[in-house]
Parts: sequence; structure tokens; C-alpha cells
Amino acid sequence: MEVVSSVRTPLITSAKTLGDVTQDICVRVEAKPPRTWYLAIAVSLSLLAVGTYTLFFTVWEGIGVWGLNKTVGWAWDITNFVWWVGIGHAGTLISAILLLFRQKWRMSINRAAEAMTIFAVICAAFFPLVHMGRLWLGFYWVFPLPNTFGSLWVNFNSPLLWDVFAISTYFTVSLVFWYIGLIPDFATIRDRAKNKVSAAIYGALSFGWTGSAKDWSRFESVSLILAGLATPLVLSVHTIVSFDFATSVIPGWHTTIFPPYFVAGAVFSGFAMVLTLLLITRKVYKLEDYITIQHIENMNIIIIVTGSIVGVAYLTELFMAWYSGVPAEQYAFLNRATGPYWWAYSTMMTCNVITPQLFWFKKIRTSLWATFALSIVVNIGMWFERFVIIVTSLHRDFLPSSWAMFYPTFYDVGDYLFTFGFFFTAFFLFAKFFPVINMAEVKSILKSTSTSDKAIK
Amino acid sequence: MKENKKQYWKGVEQLTNHPEFVKYASKEFPRDLPYKEGVLQEEEGGSSRRDFLKLMGFSLAAASLAACEAPVRKTIPYLNKPEEINPGIPNYYASTYTNGGNYCSIVVKTREGRPIKIEPNKLSDVSGSGTSAQAEASVLSLYDKARLGAPSINDSQVEWSELDKQIKTKLENISSGGGQIRIVSKTILSPSTKAVIQEFINRYPGTELVMYDPVSAYGITKANQESFGKAVIPSYDFSKAKTVVSFNADFLGTWINPNKFSSDFIKNRKLDHGKKEMSRLYQFESNLSLTGANADYRTPIKPSAEGLIVASLYNLLAAKAGRETVSTAKIEVDHLTTAANDLWKHKGQSLVVAGSNDPNIQIIVNAINDLLGNINSVIDLKTPVYFRQGNDEQMKQFVSDLESGKVQGVIFLDSNPVYDHYLGDKIKTALAKINLKVSISEHGDETAAESDYLAPNHHYLESWNDTNPVEGRYSLVQPVISPLFNTRQGQESLMVWMGQKEPDYLEFIKDYWKENLFVTQTKQLDFQTFFDQCLYDGVYSIDLRAMTMEFIVFGGNLDAAASKISSTYKTNSTGVELALYETIAIGDGSQANNPWLQETPDPITKACWDNYLTISQTMANELAIEMYEGETYQVQLKVGDQLLELPAIIQPGQARGTIGLAIGYGRTKAGRVANSIGVNAYPLLSEVAGVPVYSRIEDVSVSSSNKSVKVAHTQTHQTYMNRDFVVQETTLDTYKNHPEHAFHRPKIAASNALEKKLGDEIIDGKLEPRKISLWSGHSYNNHHWTMAIDLNSCTGCSACSVACQAENNVPVVGKEEVLNRREMTWIRIDRYYSSEKTATTNAELEKAAENPEVVFQPMMCQHCNNAPCETVCPVAATTHSTEGLNQMVYNRCIGTRYCANNCPYKVRRFNWFKYHDNTSFPDNSSMNNDLGKMVLNPDVTVRSRGVMEKCSFCVQRIQYSKLEAKKKGRRVIDGEVTVACASACPTDAITFGDIRDPESKVSKLLQVKDKGDKQEIHEHRAYNVLEDINVRPNVWYLAKVRNKEENA
Repeated sequence: MEVVSSVRTPLITSAKTLGDVTQDICVRVEAKPPRTWYLAIAVSLSLLAVGTYTLFFTVWEGIGVWGLNKTVGWAWDITNFVWWVGIGHAGTLISAILLLFRQKWRMSINRAAEAMTIFAVICAAFFPLVHMGRLWLGFYWVFPLPNTFGSLWVNFNSPLLWDVFAISTYFTVSLVFWYIGLIPDFATIRDRAKNKVSAAIYGALSFGWTGSAKDWSRFESVSLILAGLATPLVLSVHTIVSFDFATSVIPGWHTTIFPPYFVAGAVFSGFAMVLTLLLITRKVYKLEDYITIQHIENMNIIIIVTGSIVGVAYLTELFMAWYSGVPAEQYAFLNRATGPYWWAYSTMMTCNVITPQLFWFKKIRTSLWATFALSIVVNIGMWFERFVIIVTSLHRDFLPSSWAMFYPTFYDVGDYLFTFGFFFTAFFLFAKFFPVINMAEVKSILKSTSTSDKAIK
Repeated sequence: MKENKKQYWKGVEQLTNHPEFVKYASKEFPRDLPYKEGVLQEEEGGSSRRDFLKLMGFSLAAASLAACEAPVRKTIPYLNKPEEINPGIPNYYASTYTNGGNYCSIVVKTREGRPIKIEPNKLSDVSGSGTSAQAEASVLSLYDKARLGAPSINDSQVEWSELDKQIKTKLENISSGGGQIRIVSKTILSPSTKAVIQEFINRYPGTELVMYDPVSAYGITKANQESFGKAVIPSYDFSKAKTVVSFNADFLGTWINPNKFSSDFIKNRKLDHGKKEMSRLYQFESNLSLTGANADYRTPIKPSAEGLIVASLYNLLAAKAGRETVSTAKIEVDHLTTAANDLWKHKGQSLVVAGSNDPNIQIIVNAINDLLGNINSVIDLKTPVYFRQGNDEQMKQFVSDLESGKVQGVIFLDSNPVYDHYLGDKIKTALAKINLKVSISEHGDETAAESDYLAPNHHYLESWNDTNPVEGRYSLVQPVISPLFNTRQGQESLMVWMGQKEPDYLEFIKDYWKENLFVTQTKQLDFQTFFDQCLYDGVYSIDLRAMTMEFIVFGGNLDAAASKISSTYKTNSTGVELALYETIAIGDGSQANNPWLQETPDPITKACWDNYLTISQTMANELAIEMYEGETYQVQLKVGDQLLELPAIIQPGQARGTIGLAIGYGRTKAGRVANSIGVNAYPLLSEVAGVPVYSRIEDVSVSSSNKSVKVAHTQTHQTYMNRDFVVQETTLDTYKNHPEHAFHRPKIAASNALEKKLGDEIIDGKLEPRKISLWSGHSYNNHHWTMAIDLNSCTGCSACSVACQAENNVPVVGKEEVLNRREMTWIRIDRYYSSEKTATTNAELEKAAENPEVVFQPMMCQHCNNAPCETVCPVAATTHSTEGLNQMVYNRCIGTRYCANNCPYKVRRFNWFKYHDNTSFPDNSSMNNDLGKMVLNPDVTVRSRGVMEKCSFCVQRIQYSKLEAKKKGRRVIDGEVTVACASACPTDAITFGDIRDPESKVSKLLQVKDKGDKQEIHEHRAYNVLEDINVRPNVWYLAKVRNKEENA
């Protein structure tokens, strides 16, 4: 019997050589950025400026500048928080879980995805901080620090406290993981540096990397350990975020389905954001050979899977509300779908459940324009999902006497824009000064047959 | 062994010995880190890196500490401490709140010489056992910056001597020239004041006292003169009435003496395991009033039909009694026949009252009460009340005298007729040509603005006075603070103008009491002792039982009244009719500049900071007005030739074809808070039989203007959505027959495994939530504070809400923030409409019926034993006390608002902004100016921005009582701890106490059975709101019972 193994389609196209990779990626760091980059950073910096003003005003005047009220105590703040944390998930999933599953295609996207994670988590962290009435006390009182108040301690029962631990752990691990991955590439840039300043900076950033076998051996072990550490975090962070709601008594929040539903939703929105960013980067930096249609298709498949999980969760919620026989619970879900916020609910349903189904068609999931459009649609949908969960559950809970509406103000919008400003500024700076693709890893999946070797010589 | 010549290498770099490799090879495992050096140095005694860091750290900290400077706050100690003032210990003084004819016997709490809280005087049998919203708020009016600060002539400040000189000269001139002088006042309850005025009249002949009431009851006085020969308002004893029929009389809210009426009426509505009978109330009215909201049967009627309906009731009863009926057009309205039957059944134990100022209606009402034998039993004409002494005819005469120029001098004594009399505009115009215009007033109000001389009066908390509110009942008013401004007691001003050099009104009162009251008793032999005792008690009563038993009979001309009614009222008027009403908080408008009252939502509409037209759903449809979350439309109201533009709100229960409008708004010179809020409705009054009536049945039209407007509501959803886990109610029959099954007992689904665990109990898959819990529960070894709220007793009067605001330094946030749904009240009164109609969809459930039933539910922190707020706070800023309180630790709060979100009762309030010392919130006058701040309770923290707050069960009061008891070496006795809301409640709807004390009132009310470590509640009516989520509140509600026929 003759066994014929199929020839795998290469992950990196155009028969790139090792040298090509170094050249393609490093040149973006070394050369002057294109004009589009200046335009982009100008836009994001102006967003940041507007946002900084509103953020300053929020902290200066009080939370009252937002549209919250006695009934709706969280709205855009926590919606944005959950949304950003969710977005962060894709990076970790790509770098940790796909690493463990030996999904080599992740190699060309994990750097940017992880960067996105870091920036998204920072953006997310703004909201729990800013939403506090007394930020100046809150940001250290939420940590279990030894104090002189006697037995005064944090409340370990509170899901908000779990959030503090979950987010800070997640951020730390993600940052370390990302940075470790960057070291060999920083060393490459250092070695190619033409001027003393960048040699010194990248030299410092590369932590004295020599490229010795021992370096590589340790690098591999640390990566694997961190991947192992980060893997449970992918699941735990959003599980804990969902506990903010699931452990409460409010109809629409008090739901055991939340942990898996939130994790799926997070991966869903995270991949959508990765796509949004990478499709732009790919175009601007001409990285079509590294981020191929194959990558995009794979990510779209993940989107359709997680999107469908989310859709099933929505339907399960509705069923459980009806099946529970609890009037307040039934009302909460009926009110979501048909009450004054029906438009938010239908936006969520359309964007998260219906439109991603278009990816069943190969033509659509391999189309760049369709993917770009849908990736944005998914993130709009996921923002509305959190808004629906938070606002529509709160605005009409148990006692009809307290039912109220929430109307956002300029400052609600402005503080959200602040995070966009921050996120894109950070990402564009990253794209300029850091290697956007993991050169070291990508080199390991290049096809290095003898023929192509010859071609180099 | 052969030597191995082979070379082993690890990498190409090693093999080739590349210089790069050699350079780094030794550094791969560096072993020469310098960490040992420091240790060695330290051992040798030299100064180490650590020492350097220590020193540097210290210097830095010291330098930065030295740079900080705490703001200097000055406190000045007493050099000679007044004997009665101990810092931190409150003093209480008995006094009396009067505002025109509004009366409340009170005890004033002062701290360090500042009055900070009004408490009810439980010794009084005139005002019942509670206070009212207006009485509670009056302490803030004392610290009103808008009060007149000094005497002035034509808007320029002068010395008192100058003012007195000019006034005296003018008085002298007028009097000697035979001219006429009028003293215009609202009802004067004070006999001494009347005596002063009498002396003034003697001194200046040609002077007359004219009394009027902004909300007049002159029709009753006039009718009683005609019917019984007594021009008085009688005492009504609602506690004796088993059936009450009321025509537009809001006796629980605003009519004559609502405090006493509420407390008496509710006595007959309370139920317990022994008492299962209650009175029945029929209300026929145009606007939905507080009384209508508490009625068992309520019929919306048009003002144009009111007289005919009263006459029809007379005819129905006359037919039963075999008396002659009157010949008025017959009119049939719902429940009138059943009302007649009920009245007939309870002859001699029933009561019919009417709020109308039309004497003819009152004559028919007198005839009905006479027919039923209620006169001399429920209605006591021999003990008249003096709350409304205004004489509308005399006042009208005064206005025409003013216009004709017959009067040369006017002294307005604490009255503001330019604003609050329906002929105010005429008075204003006529005043221009009057020679002497003096206003003795606290405020530079609308009338003061038209006067030349302003003689600022004391606030009642700075004054001496006495009152005689009811025949044989007296009380004293005593100053509890030195005058804050350069003001002078009005009576003393009059005495000065009479020519007295240094008048002393207190001596005058004493003389009056010595002459008139000291002699009516025999207990005290020495006058000073008698007076001191009266001052201590605040009240004094003469025993009237000794008076002759005169039997009063109806002698009125019924037919004459009936024929006048026939000519005034119509059975089928089609036009729009206007019915004016007084709100609970603002009343006649004299205290309108009080932000506590402005922000107290109307118990029915739940709107504040405005007046508005209340229209029926039918009219709203005609005008295409829709209301959503407080947003509605402006309408144009045309009454005669007056045109007003104001918001309209859809009011369930509003009689079709009628519109309602509150008086007391539209002030122009009340002060910063009240000016330009709403429209003035006084000029819209109409006249019937020469007296003003508070409705207008002709020449009224409403048109929409398509201008959208927002009215600040604290509650925008009207019904309780059939949620019997929120409000529970039943009918009296059901309750009597099956008290144990009359109420909804929520059950939760339970598994078989649980059934086994619970032992013998058969749960059949369903379980009372209380039986299981994830938590092990709290154990209360000392006290367990519990509150019971009787929904049958709560009338919705809102006194509790204002009392709480005063007690707990609750900020006022202003109209804009109420619109943003951010009012701060710790106790709110949820008002729900319900009706028999069975709605099927949620949208239908949300709509109130056209004539709904109403239930009031006071709602505050429920102090849950399984508190959802406590578990979610990340910093443990809200915790559970060992006595069952859910406590808020403001210092620790970082303001995540998670607790508020997770509160199923939505009673937590967040400080969205800094409400104190912030010019953006000028309406919060108790925290934003030095004068206003004097009202703050020093025992309660003023909360900073960004923290959560909520009802604390008045923990400061609990603590105070516990410490007092501890000093005496005993436990707190039941009744020593009262919370502010319970104390203010005129109907005792709120009971607070310790359920670990089996003898406490609350234990008895809830029928607590002590099971050692836990207490079981056995009262059938007792339930927790949202029992099914098992948060186990410490606040229990006693379900509402309506005395109505099943399915009627």
C-alpha cells in the first residue's frame, strides 16, 4: 500500500526566505512610517484628547455627569468594561490555547493579537476605576493590603473583588507572555540598528538576548509555562466578570448560564477585533503573505462557532425565563425583547446571531471586505449585548415604583471615546515601534526545502 | 584506554570559538552578583545602602508633611456655659406649629441652641400623635435666607424707632381724622393676639380685624349659622364613624385638621387578631385626593353636579326615614345608593362631610347628618374648632372698601392676600392709593412688595404665643432660639404702635392666661407653677364635661338651599370644569420657599417642583397628549379671560371632563427656591352665593400647544403589574373568613432531596423560601430591630419622608436632578394603582384604570438579614450589625454602586455630586449656606460625593437610647427608641422596636413567637416584600384590607 501524504498549503506564501521575513517586518520599525500612519495617529490622538477632557471632568465633578440614576447604577461604564475585557480574550486564546494545540497558523497573528489584548485590558481597567465614586480611595482599598485600621479587610465575598484579582492576574500574565515573545525580535532589531539611540533602546528591551541555544531553550520553556498559565485565564477572566451579574439577585443577571456564555461571547468579539485590526495592518504594511486568506478564514470559522454558542445562550435564557415560572424573571426577558429597549435587543440579536451566519458561505468568509464589515458588526453587537444585560435588567427590576430609563450623556460617550483614543494610539505606536509579526516564530514555519535554499544562493 | 581525541561541541559558535560567543559565554550564568557586600558592610558598622534609603525616605516624608497645612476651623468654647446646654445632648421644648389655621402641637429638638427637628407632642389631643410634612419642614423655613432681615420703609432699611415713629404718626392722623384702618390676617388661633388686636382697636377706633383663609371653610360656618344658629366649624370625630361619606373633602390630606382626622379615621381601619371590623369610606370627588386614594369606594364626579349629588343622597335617606324629599334634579352616580344604605345602617355612627365652600351644599350635608342622628354624637358643635375663622364676606367687603377708598390704613399681619386671595389683583391695584400700608411678615412677599412699611416678624420658633385651636384646648408657642435677624414679634409691633414703650408680649400672654385660664383649674395654686407646667407640657385643656348638655337640632331652611342648588348645579354639563386643590407639601403656598417641601413629591401624582394640570385619560386622548417617563406637553388653560400655560399630566381617577390644578404655586416674591415655579391658581376661583368656591364650572377651556415639557416625577410607573409579591391586599370579608388564606404566600420549587433533609415536613415540591438558605444566618443575642408597616394605616401623607430628610441630613437635589431620577430620599412612598380589570399583557398591566384603587407603600431600606448589598461590596462598606441593622460605612465606601444595583428594593441613594458646599445646588439650602447649615443634625454625617447612602433605621437614635439606658444600668425599654418616620406618622402606620422583646409593640403587632434563637412571625397580614427571593428583610408589611364587597 502506498501512503501519500497530502502537501500542506504553506502558511506563509510567496516562498519567503528567512531573510525576507526579517526584512519585511523590521523595515516597518526602521523606516519612516507611511503617511496613512500619521493620519491614523492624528485621529486617535484627537479622540484621546477629547476623551481626556471628559474623563478629567468626570473625575472632577462626579459620576453625576453620566446618565445614571437611582435605578440604573451601571450602564456605559460597565458595558464598556466587559466589552473591552471580552475583546482582550482573543489575544490570549490565540497565543496560549492555539499554542498548546500546536496551531501553527496562529504564529503570524499572535503578536498583534496579544498587543490588542494588553491595550484592551488597560482600556477595560479604566472603567472600574473611573466608575468609582471615590476613585482616589478605591484604587488601593480594593486590594487586600495590610492596614492600620485593625481587622479592616476587603470583602472576599464580592465578585467585584474577584474581578480585581482576575483582571490584574490576567493583565500581568498577558503582559509578561507578550514581552517574552518580543525579546528575540527586539534583539533582531537591535542587531540591525543603524543609530546608537535605537541600538541602545532595543538593546535594553531585548534584555541581553544573544540567540544562544540556551536562550532559545529557556525561551521555549517559559513560553510553554506561560501558555499553560494563560490558558485557564482565558476561561476564568470572563467567567469571573460574568459572576458580577450571575451572583446577584436581579432578574436577567441571576443566571447560571453566564460563565460559558460570557467566555464564548468574549472570544467572539475578540476575534472580530483582531480581524478589524489585522485587516488594516495587513493592508497598510503589505503583509498579505504573512496574514493570508487562510488566517482570515480560520478566524471567521471561530467567529461563527462562538457566535452560534452565543445565539444558543440567548435562546436558552429566554427558554429558562419562561420555564422558571418566576414572574419577575419572565418579565425581565419579555421587557428586553419588547420593552423600551427593544431596539438594543434586536441590534444585539441581528449583529451577534444572524449576520455572522453569513460566514457559512465560503465566498463571504474569504472576502476581505465582508470580513471587515462583519467584524465591526460583531463588535457593535457585542457592545449591545452587555448594554442589554446591564441596562435592561436594571431599569425595570422588582418594584415598578423605581422603574426608570437610562439616557447617556456627552460624558458617557466621551469616556468611551477616551478608551478608543487610547487603544488606537497604543496600537499605532505598537505597529510603528514593535515588530507586528513574530519574526522568530514565523521563521520556524517557513518552507525550507533544499530547492528554495538553493534559490537563496 | 585510548585518549579521546574527539571534540564535543554544543553549537557552531563554540566550535568555531566565535569572538561574540567567547564574550558572552561567561555571562550566561553570572555568579558574581554583588549582593553579599552590603551585608558585610553592615556588620562592620558602616552606613549601608539601607541606611541611606531609610534616611532619605524619612527626610522626604518629613518634608512633604511639613508642606501640608490643614484648613483652620474655628470653634469657640463657652466662657460661661448656659446651664441647660450640654454639647452633644439635645434639649426638647414643647411648642406649637401654626401657620394661619394650620396647627400642630410639637416638641422642638434643639442641639447647642439650634432647633433642628420637629417632633410631635404626644400630649396633644388636637393634632393627633404625629406631625405633618409642613410642620416637619417648618424648621428649615426658620433658616431661610429669604426672610426679612431688618425693618424698611419703601425698600430702604431703617431703624425700628424710625419705622415706629412714622407708623404711629400716620395711625394717629388716620384715627383722629375718623379714618378706617384694617388689620388683615389669616386665621388667628391665638387668644392673646386677638386681645392685643382688641387693644389696638380700642386705641385706634375705626380699626377692624379682617380674617380670611387662603383655603376657606367659611361655607361651613355660614351653613351652621343657618342650620344650628352657631357660626362655627364643629369637631368631627372620625373615630366614631363606621361609615364615612365625603364629597370633595380631603380630610386625610388638607381639610381643616387633617392630622387629627387621619389619626381618628385610621383608628377605625386598624385590624389585629382581635379586631376584625373597620369603617367604610365613600369618596365622591373630582380630583384624586389623598382621601379618595384611601377610600373603599370612590366615585369621580364633576363639580357642576356636586350639589345635586349631595341632594340626591339626602333624598335617598329621606325616603328611608319617611321624611319629605327636596325637589332637585335626580342624578345617579356609582355607589350613591350603597352609600345611603350603609349610612342608614349606621345611623348615629356615620358621618357625611363636604369640602365645598358653598353654604347651600353644607346645609344639605347638615340635614343629612341630622337625619342620621350624627349631630351631637359624631359631630360636636359644642366643641367647635377654630382652624378656619376667615370670613369671606368680610374680606370681600374689605376689598371693596379698599377700592372705594374708604380705608386709609392697612396692616397685613402675617398674611399675603395679594398672592393667596382670589381677589389679590384687585387688592394690589387698590393698595396703590392707600395712605398707610404696613406688612408684618417674615418674608418680603407679594403683599409686602406692595406695602410701604415692612415690620419683619419672628419665625414661630423665635416667638412667644398661645393658641386656642379647639374649644377648651390651649397650647403655647415658645422661642427656642434667639432671633436670627433684626426682627420683632408682630404683636409687640402692634403694642409699640399703640404707644407702649417697652412692650413684653410674654407678660401679656401670662396676664391673659392668669385671667382666663388659671381660673379654670384647681390643680395648681400658684400661677407661675401653672404656667410653667403648661409650658412644659405645651398644651392645656379645660374640662368641658361640666358644660351643659345642650342638644342641637337642625333648623335650617332645606328647601331654600335645595332651590339654590337647583339653580347652581346641573346634571349634564358638557364643558370642561376646573377643580382646584391644595397639595400635601406646599399647601396654601406660604411655605413654598422651603426646598424640603418643594422636593416632597405629591403623594398621588408623585411629581414635585411644579404645579400642572391633571387631566383624565379621555381628555388626554382628545388633546393627543401622551406621557412617558415624566415627559408630557404644555397646554393652554383659558379661564374666563385669564390665559395660563402649564404642563398637563394624565391623572387616573380624574373625573371625566374635569381638570385639576394645585394652588400654592406661581409665587413671585417668595424667595429663590419658589419663585417662578408653576402658576398661581388663586385668581381662578369662582364665586357661588357670594363666597369663593374652589372650582370653576364655566368658561374653562384647554388646548394643547404641542410644546413638550418635563415634569419632575419620582415615580413614573403607575401600577404594581399584578405583582402580589410587592403589594398584598384583600377584602374585609375574605380576611374575616379566612385570614390564613387571604394572602399570597410565595413558594419556591424544591427537590426531593431537600424534602428528605427537612425531615418530616411534606413539601410536595414546594417550599416557603424562609425554610432554606445558603447562609447560616445571623444570631442576634441582644436586640433585633424590626419595623412593621401597616398598609391599612398608611394614608400616604408624606410626613415621614420630610421627617427623615430633617433627621438624617438628606440633601435636596433640585428639579433637574429629580428629572434625572436622582432624588435622595431615604424613605419614599410608593403609590400604585390597581383595578379589578384583568389585563392580559404587560402593556395593559402598565396602564392604570380610569378610576383605579390606590395603595401606598412606604419603602425604605429593608435591612435584609440576607442582604444582597452586603455580599457584593468589594470593600465591605455595608455590613450587618449584631442587632439586625444593615449599616452603611460612609468612610469606607468607594462608590462602585454595586450594592444599589443589587438592591431589589432600589432604596440605596448615591451621591452623584457633591451636594454640600456646592453652588451648583443652591436649592439644597440646608447644606449650601451658613444659615441653612444650622438645621443639620450633628449626629448624622453629611455625606461626601461618591458615597452610597440609605435608611439607617436612625441608628443615631438607637445608639442614643442605648447609651441613656446603659447609664441607668438597664436595657432599652420598648418605646424609648423611635425612628424619625415612625415618630412623625400621624396614623401610627410605622411601628419600630425589638422583636427579641416579647412585650414590645412590634412583637405584639406581628404576633411574634419566641423560639429562643429565632423569632417567628404569626400575624396573618404580615408579609415581606419580595419574600420569594429570600433576602429576609427586617421590615414587615401588614397587608392592606379594603372594606368593600367582593367583586363590587
